[in-house]
Amino acid sequence: MTSKIAVIQFPGSNDDRDAVWALNALGADASLVWHARTELPERTAAVVLPGGFSYGDYLRCGAIARFAPIMDAVTGFAAEGGLVLGICNGFQILCEAGLLPGVLRPNASLSFICRDVSLRVERNDTALTSRCEPGQSLVVPIKHHDGAWFAPPELVEELEAKGQILLRYEDNPNGATADVAGVMNESGNVLGLMPHPEHAVDPLLGSGDGALILASLLDTVGERASGALALA
Amino acid sequence: MLVRPKDGILDPQGQAVEQSLRKLGFTVEQARVGRVVDLDVDASSAAEARERVDEMCKQLLANPLIEAYEVEVHE
Repeated sequence: MTSKIAVIQFPGSNDDRDAVWALNALGADASLVWHARTELPERTAAVVLPGGFSYGDYLRCGAIARFAPIMDAVTGFAAEGGLVLGICNGFQILCEAGLLPGVLRPNASLSFICRDVSLRVERNDTALTSRCEPGQSLVVPIKHHDGAWFAPPELVEELEAKGQILLRYEDNPNGATADVAGVMNESGNVLGLMPHPEHAVDPLLGSGDGALILASLLDTVGERASGALALA
Repeated sequence: MLVRPKDGILDPQGQAVEQSLRKLGFTVEQARVGRVVDLDVDASSAAEARERVDEMCKQLLANPLIEAYEVEVHE
């Protein structure tokens, strides 16, 4: 059975189609869902908030998108334990919406950075890293101006203790606190990262490592679906 | 309302401004760059206006993790 994934399209999203393409290349049934809708499609198994510049990055990146009509449905879906992944701008939106800890700030260099980076997998018992090994190095591109994840020291300590840090930069490109590239919420169903796994699903395009991240998500969706079937 | 990076938060924009001012020959200890949002609010008193803007700051205009804000009311 294919997994139905809703990729939310905000005004200013620009990685929405790549996300759909990459997920479908990995066997999912992903489609775009317009931000002005107030409900997710029936049988949505996971939601992806894609990269881009929603609402022109006005005020702070992601600060306006969290008020989009669809976001109430996304928040409700997450509250019920639904899988939500935010990539780049999607990560910024989830942080601004309070669904993920921390906030994304301008890169320390104040430059837009667009290149491959190496990521270290902190743990592999998560919805986003189950196909990886702990400590594995992944090459995935970043392309952002406001990608420096920030949290105060006491929050970083708490996240470390609870194992909510998923991915770290091996060579910190943007000044992120504690080299953090990706985090999840305490219950592990809301996940976000600045790098773009959807741009790294084919070695022909530089790296196929992003496929490990997206396929991990799809595995989790599949496990949940078969678990639900077994219960029914 | 005025919003600025909290003390101790790295402000690369402020640093860039600071360096540029130094290049022009000005003596500057530190520059921090924030933002001003002018709001026209119809309220029965200054206190009420302040209270409402304070709520706006908490919910949208400032991110308390990284930003501090001040509200100034002019009648």
